[in-house]
This record gives sequence, structure tokens and C-alpha cells, in this order.
Amino acid sequence: MQTVMSETSSQNAIDVQNAVKRFGDFTALKQICLAIADNEFFTLLGPSGCGKTTLLRIIAGFDEVTEGSVRLYGEDLGALPPNRRPVNTVFQSYALFPHMSVLHNVSFGLEMLGKSPAEARERAGRMLELVQLSQFADRRPGQLSGGQQQRVALARALAPQPKLLLLDEPLSALDLKLRKAMRIELKHLQRETGITFVFVTHDQEEALTMSDRIAVMSEGELQQVGASREIYERPCNRFVANFIGDTNLLEVTVDRIEGARAACHLGGGHALICEAVEGVRDGARVHLSVRPERLFATAEPTGPEALAARVVENVFTGTDITSIVELAQGPRLTLRSSNSERGNRRIFEQGATCFVNMEAGAGRLLVD
Amino acid sequence: MAGRTNLRTIPGFRALTLLCLFVLYAPLIVVTVYSFNASASITNWEGLSLRWYWDVFTGPDSGKFKTAAANSFLIAVSAATISTTIATLAATGMIRTGRFRARTLSFGLISLPLMVPEIVTAVATLIFFNAIALERGLLSILIAHVVFCIPFAYLPISARMQGIGPAYEEAALDLYATKRQTFTRILLPLMAPGIVSGYLLAFIVSLDDFIITNFVKGAGVETLPTAIFGAVKRGIQPNIMAISTLLLGLSILLVTLSWLVSRSDTTK
Repeated sequence: MQTVMSETSSQNAIDVQNAVKRFGDFTALKQICLAIADNEFFTLLGPSGCGKTTLLRIIAGFDEVTEGSVRLYGEDLGALPPNRRPVNTVFQSYALFPHMSVLHNVSFGLEMLGKSPAEARERAGRMLELVQLSQFADRRPGQLSGGQQQRVALARALAPQPKLLLLDEPLSALDLKLRKAMRIELKHLQRETGITFVFVTHDQEEALTMSDRIAVMSEGELQQVGASREIYERPCNRFVANFIGDTNLLEVTVDRIEGARAACHLGGGHALICEAVEGVRDGARVHLSVRPERLFATAEPTGPEALAARVVENVFTGTDITSIVELAQGPRLTLRSSNSERGNRRIFEQGATCFVNMEAGAGRLLVD
Repeated sequence: MAGRTNLRTIPGFRALTLLCLFVLYAPLIVVTVYSFNASASITNWEGLSLRWYWDVFTGPDSGKFKTAAANSFLIAVSAATISTTIATLAATGMIRTGRFRARTLSFGLISLPLMVPEIVTAVATLIFFNAIALERGLLSILIAHVVFCIPFAYLPISARMQGIGPAYEEAALDLYATKRQTFTRILLPLMAPGIVSGYLLAFIVSLDDFIITNFVKGAGVETLPTAIFGAVKRGIQPNIMAISTLLLGLSILLVTLSWLVSRSDTTK
């Protein structure tokens, strides 16, 4: 039986301080500072090679930080090996033991913790009930479908009641329908068990659907940490605005700052008023991010800020209709309206002229 | 299939195939068939009989053959066990410790006995044993067999191990298993087909080795192959065919077993 770290008072589940990870000349993590709260569904989101999996492996104990520290509920993990950390992982490949039954896979961690075989099996059985796989307890993992294997991996990782569950792109091997169902199931499981989940993914939709908070990573650095809505609606830089969802990124020149508002103009001279952000000065050339669903077209201008435009193309995608319009002497914009009676009234024929309006507060200035 | 030539359409393919098969298997078939010959002649067929098999176990030469067979099996079992253990550890070290500088060199050294002509190894081993004054007998045969069995055991084991991703071991460590538990409860069972396959291969290779054994065996100690060779030198008797057929059957059995085991994939 191994000793696993003692109980500690309620505080942050994970505190990463100035974590740096180098592999030879390559720096995978550059001075990461990150706090993950207790009982949180936290997602590390970024393109492949951004360092999210490295960070996960450091928390699991498969890799060590080159500099800095990682604390789990206040205790420095240091060089504690993975088998001494009250942390379990759902692997991308599931890594179910092929020579053991499904039940034995789930009870393995409990047995290794020193539980009696009877107790381990009993608890493993209940975990299989939780993921609705009781009838497959005696099968080998290879006899199950991908989605079932995924749930076995989940049950196996949850069975020892870890303080923290790490999930390394666990849904990437499933087909879209199953993936969508599993997102909701995972979120339920997290609420039911009360265990802190740290989820790694490159799928922004997955991240937005499930997470309490998201950390967007790129090239070994944290770009932004915040709630789903905040990341989506108030991206802090061009990378985040581009990576999360679709957006119109427009070059704008700031004419003057008036308190909390910034008067700007687009390339074609179209004037706009947006919310000012930190670091924006008079005369600065910055970017403006506007989500396509926050723009709408009308036949007549709704106000002085409406921009005259011509419809280049309408694309029907089922739930939505995406319109690409071109401003007079200006850039192209993408507009999206729902495929509903109300939304369809905002769709104009290809080649028709219309006015593009931005919902109040929808434009976000990005300094870099 | 488009873009591929059907082998059967190449002129002479059928003839060449039949010729190859004939050269490879005709002698084996002749020996097997004539081992059941009732005649004392090795060329005249006089009807079906198990006479020569009876002779192998009870005839005038049976004592010699029994001792030789016992030696052969003792050496084969010991050599296979020792070389498989070494090969398993070597494969674990080579594949599980990531890249190290002497890795290619190590692999080369392990598989060298496969490339060196056996006669060279035999002569070198004999000279070496003389130099260190090792008495020639069962022990010297065993040492020599362990050495050339290692690469045969190593290849299927390392091939199997390369197919086992590091994720299983990481998962076991993640689930609170110690390194030792991870090795015994996860890695070893997953490697088992490779290990069994390697063991059987080493066993067969040791069992039918002649050249090296003949050099290092010393006077009076015989294994089955050297005993057969000794008997053949005095003229081919039908009982030799019976022994050969028995050995052939055993080889086929073990190789088939080795193939079946390595084919059985535990991920199924």
C-alpha cells in the first residue's frame, strides 16, 4: 500500500507558479502561472504543440517542470512520482489494459491503493453502473466500441476518487454525435462527483460547452484565462479572437479616446464607436473583432454607424445563413443570422445593397 | 488489382515454384516416408512398419541416443530459459529507456551472432574456452548455446514490446502501481506472447545446433545432432530417418506453437 498525500484544507486545486519546461533546446512551457479552483471544470485549450498536454503531464507526474512549481491543494508536488499523486488521468488512447476484464480495469487502481479485492470489485461495479456499462463487466476492452471504451477509461480514472481528474483529449477519437453526447455526460459526471476536472482539448466548441473556465494556450504561453463567455465575447488578443469561434478581424485606426469609448474608423473611412481597452491610444492602428452573429443587415440604415455594403454571397448551413458582404471601398465582413423567420428577414439577395449594423458593445478592440 | 502484375501470368512462374518446393521438401518427405519402411535397406520399400521407431528406443544404439537426447533437452531448456531472460531484460532496457547513445551499437552487438558465420563463432568459442581453460562438456555447450540463442529470443520479444505503447505503463503508474507492479502486472502479461515465441525459437535453435556444439562439446559428451552425425559417419541406418522424423515433428510443433502464440493478440 502506498501513501498518498494527506488531506489539506480547501484552496486552489492546482497552483502552477512560474512553470517552465524545456526539452533540450525547445521550450514547451514559458513561465506559466495558473490557478485552478476546487471543484472546477477547467479546460486547457490550444492548437497542437501549444504545451497543453505538457502541462497536463506535469500535473500527472509523467514530466517534471524545469523551473517553477506545481502545488496540489497547497502541497508542492515536486518530483513526486505519478503513483503517489491523488490524481488520475483519462488518456487520449484510453490505455485500457487489454489483458484484463473491464471490471478488473476499473478495480485496478483501487487494488493498487491497498483495498481488498472484494471491496475494489464492489466499488468498480458501482463505477460501471455510473457509466452504464455494468453488463459489459466481464468483457475485454477490445470487445467494446470506442464510446464504451471511453466510458470505461472514465470509470477507471474516477474509481479511486482522485482529487483531480485529468482528461487528455478524451473525446477526439469519437464520432461527432457521440462526442456531443459525451460532452454533456462529462459535465454531469463532474457535477455529480464534485471532483476537479482538468480537460485538455484543441476543440474550441468542446471547451465552450463544458468548461467553467478556459485557459487558451499558444506556443507555451497562456493567452487568456476566463469563463467561456468572457473568452468568447471579450478575447484579449488576435490569437484568442481567431482561435475561439469565427470572427471578423478588421484593421481600425483609433481617432480619439473619450473616457470608456474609442472613436475609430475602418479602412474605407467608415466611422465606428467601440469600447476602449487598456493600451489603446489616440492614433493607434489596432484590430477590431466582431462576431458574425453580432452583425445584422437592414435595408435602411438604423443609425449613423450603419455601413453601406453589397452582398457578395449567402451560404446556407442549415441552422444558420452566413452572408459575406463588402463595404464600399472597404473590407469584407461575414454576417450570420439564424435560419428563422426573423433571421431570414435580414438576408438580402446576392448583389443587393444593404446596411450593416453592429449590436451595441459587440466590437472588441485588440491591441495585439 | 489495377497496376499490379498477377504473378501467375509471368512465364515459368509455376515451374519455378514447383522446382523450389521440390528441392525444399522432397528430401524431408523421402526421409519421413522411409522412416516407416519395414526394410533394413534405406532405398527399397518393403511395406509400412514402425520397426525403426521401435529400434530408436530399444535397439542397440538406443542407449546412446537416449543420453544424447537427454543432454540436448537439458541444454535446450537451460539455454532457452537463460537467453530468454537476458533477452527480455535487454528488450526492456533497449525500448523502455528512451534513446541512449550506445543504443544502435547495443542492438548491433545483440544481433551480431545472426550475422557471423557459425563456423567462425565455433572456432572462436573453442579457442576462447581453451584460453580460459574451461573444461569442455555440458557447461561449455550451454554457455555457447546461451550466446547464440539470445538474438533469436530477442527479436520476437523486442518486436512485441515495440508494439506496446508507453501509455499502458503510464496508466498503471497513474493508478498507483509501483514500477515493479507495473512491470509484473501490465508489461509482462502484454509481452508474454513475444516471450513465449522467443523461448520456443531459442529452444529449437539450441536443440538442433550442430557446428558450435561439435566444436565445444568435448570427447564423450554428445547431443542429439552430434550423435546422429556420429552414427551417419558409420553409414546411414533407417533408424536415423526415424530420429530425424521425430525431430522434424517436434520442430514443426514448436514453430507452429510459436507462430500461434505470437499471433494471438491480447488486444483482441
